[in-house]
Amino acid sequence: MQFRSGDFSDAKRVLKIRQLKVGLCDNPEAEKVLKGIDLDIRSGESHCLVGESGSGKSVTSLAIMGLLPPGALEIQGGLIQVGDTEITTASQSQMRKLRARRISMIFQEPMTALNPVLRVGDQIEEVLRMHTDLSSSEVTERTLQIMRDVHLPDVERMHGAFPHQLSGGQRQRIMIAMALVLDPDLLIADEPTTALDVTTQKQILKLISEMQERHGTAVLFITHDMGVVAEIADTVSVMREGTIVEKAPIRTLLTEPEKDYTRKLLAAVPNLKPREARADKGRDPVLRIDRLGMTYGGGGFFRKSEGVRAADAVSFTIAPGRTLGIVGESGSGKSTVARCIMRLIDPTDGSINVAGTEIAHLSRRKLQPWRRHFQIVFQDPYRSLNPRWTVGRSLCEGPVNFGTPRAQAMTRAAELMEIVGLPRDALDRYPHQFSGGQRQRIAIARAVAMEPDVLVADEAVSALDVSVQAQVLDLLDEIQDRFGIAVLFITHDLRVAAQICDDVLVMQNGKIVEHGPAARVLGHPDHDYTRSLIDAAPGRAWDFANFRPHDAAATT
Amino acid sequence: MLSYILKRVLATVPVMIIVAVFVFLLLRLTPGDPAAILAGDAATPAQLERIRDRLGLNDPLHIQFFTWVFQMLKGDLGTSLISNTDVGGMIVSRLGPTINIALMTIVISVALAVPMGVIAAWRHRTWVDFAVMSFSVLGFSIPVFVIGYIFIQIFAIELRWFPVQGYTAPSAGLWDFFSQAILPSLTLATIYVALIARMTRASMLEVLGEDYIRTARAKGVRENVVLFRHALRNAAVPILTIIGTGFALLISGVVVTESVFNIPGIGRLTVDAILARDYPVIQAMILLTAGIYVLVNLIIDVSYSFFDPRIRY
Repeated sequence: MQFRSGDFSDAKRVLKIRQLKVGLCDNPEAEKVLKGIDLDIRSGESHCLVGESGSGKSVTSLAIMGLLPPGALEIQGGLIQVGDTEITTASQSQMRKLRARRISMIFQEPMTALNPVLRVGDQIEEVLRMHTDLSSSEVTERTLQIMRDVHLPDVERMHGAFPHQLSGGQRQRIMIAMALVLDPDLLIADEPTTALDVTTQKQILKLISEMQERHGTAVLFITHDMGVVAEIADTVSVMREGTIVEKAPIRTLLTEPEKDYTRKLLAAVPNLKPREARADKGRDPVLRIDRLGMTYGGGGFFRKSEGVRAADAVSFTIAPGRTLGIVGESGSGKSTVARCIMRLIDPTDGSINVAGTEIAHLSRRKLQPWRRHFQIVFQDPYRSLNPRWTVGRSLCEGPVNFGTPRAQAMTRAAELMEIVGLPRDALDRYPHQFSGGQRQRIAIARAVAMEPDVLVADEAVSALDVSVQAQVLDLLDEIQDRFGIAVLFITHDLRVAAQICDDVLVMQNGKIVEHGPAARVLGHPDHDYTRSLIDAAPGRAWDFANFRPHDAAATT
Repeated sequence: MLSYILKRVLATVPVMIIVAVFVFLLLRLTPGDPAAILAGDAATPAQLERIRDRLGLNDPLHIQFFTWVFQMLKGDLGTSLISNTDVGGMIVSRLGPTINIALMTIVISVALAVPMGVIAAWRHRTWVDFAVMSFSVLGFSIPVFVIGYIFIQIFAIELRWFPVQGYTAPSAGLWDFFSQAILPSLTLATIYVALIARMTRASMLEVLGEDYIRTARAKGVRENVVLFRHALRNAAVPILTIIGTGFALLISGVVVTESVFNIPGIGRLTVDAILARDYPVIQAMILLTAGIYVLVNLIIDVSYSFFDPRIRY
């Protein structure tokens, strides 16, 4: 694997942080959020800050920008120098002049980071108007030029577009254009590709590197994704609980990590090499999907519109105790298939057979008794549990609806808590008292409480840190062994798919392009699209858990 | 967009029909003989017969309904039972003062309340926020007539800046209109300022937590630009809704204020008509009020898309 690892010891120092402490405003005695971190970034260097959620990565970046949430967090010691300017003591108006000119920032969610009611061209131009004395025509000229530089197509037209008219990748390009239009010394990129598809991610990472080389910009890159780190970093700082536990050039860090925590973090990165498929017990499929189709839209009051074919002739089966993964990028139709199977939306055609019953076109009322046979776990554990209900109430609701006495449902819920590795008293608590990983365990317990035949997991581990991800995947495996549930696992993450699936189905534009055993599809793909997905997976040539490159045979 | 407006206008037709049926039945389904209700207790049989004949009460119900609707569509709203004058004319002459005062009230309210709400949200949980919120509670709780009398006491009697009561049409003298309209408008505005400031603050608080506000600050944008260019437009939809509803309420008449300041507006016309059981006037007022609400709602809905390009119909 090719690493960047340039040597920057002679380059100009762009950012110097010494003993930076950040804490809660109203409680200076409380444990600090940042406990004195040191950081140096030099011109042209790409410095990655990695760590799990809550480790203080984003707080570090906001502190550098002077954008810590007022009234909540404040700098309580140490210094931050951008070039020669000390900014911990700078006034708001001094900070404002630094932003975009000397330091700029791009964020995780291109969907929400752009103002939805302003044209994207105006949003870029605003930076120039705020910070320069250029004439109106020069401003437009510079804006169109930077839009071309970040490889946006048809820039004259796109200049007048609103954010919702652009794709996620295009929006992130707009963000990058906005951040780099004044040629700053330091670019802070806070998880800039986490919300993007792998192929888009690859393009954006390439763009950031390209812009960095062209302008000699220093980049502070914040991510939780070790694959991305391997692709983009010169130097890596590993953060944990407000401290930097280890700092090293990328190759050194990946091959000879010094700290146990770093080793643990690397070991948790799921391997792209598919696991051995479990033995097929030859049982009859419990879920049969035949030529399932879903067309959105169509109709219309004054004229008929085409409608979008989100799923087209999708057929597959899953046997009890087996896991089928559907992988594909956003818009491929994988979530549409999941929602059709759950009958959260009504498929336009095709059949869905669960445990011997055809449910695709049952009326809501006739469907109701069959609902318990198929259950779903959603992506975002923060929003899928009712925040005003205790965990126990959420867990019992389903079984009680189907006639189980409440006391019995409660006893069962307590057993399930133990199965998913949570204390029994968790039943009396509310969702906000749990971490993301714990909530996802609760969501799984809730689904399993219904004793379903089929469990649909829609991006169920995508919002979790890798170490937590591994635990939740183990839990799913264990539950499947124990109850013999068939699992349909929807994911965009090939690493996760490789770890949990027996069979894999690749979707593109609503159609199945490849379907087969995981080892075959991910190891020796037939279809170009599958191959392009695997190629785009960041850090795919590196075997993180074993601190060495994959051997050539295993990766292609 | 045009097809949306057309659709919405068509959708108002059934609403207006339902209102019309209700208004029509209001008189006919009241227990007892409508003619007797109209004529009062001391009427002679001959008088009753004349009223029945004049209102067409001897025709079958559906004939009566269509005759009435047809008259309405022609613009003939009937004749007042009390003053014996044309109802349409009465309403038009009273509508002017009400609309002018309503417009002035809304302009004053928006001009004061929106900046107040924005600044309260921006300085969330500081004394500024606290002051704005306290004013809001106060504005809600003090009865309108009390505020009216306080204003009269201070500005008309003590300071002698404005006259105590009365109304002059703007066409008859802009200054006279303004000096007489300012106190009633301010009186009405207190409650709307309270309402709109609260709504602006709540909506802004939500928007100020959005990612794109952080982006704007990260761009080095000045704080006033962040607030008014980036945030306020995104916060506009609920604020517009409340402004529109407030305006409709103002037009359908504000009795207390009109009474305190002796303004010949719609509100007093309605109350007088109700007290005198002047059914043709009541009927016309209900239809007018329903029409105004439907129209204002249409304007609000269409204006959403002006503020938020994602809303397209």
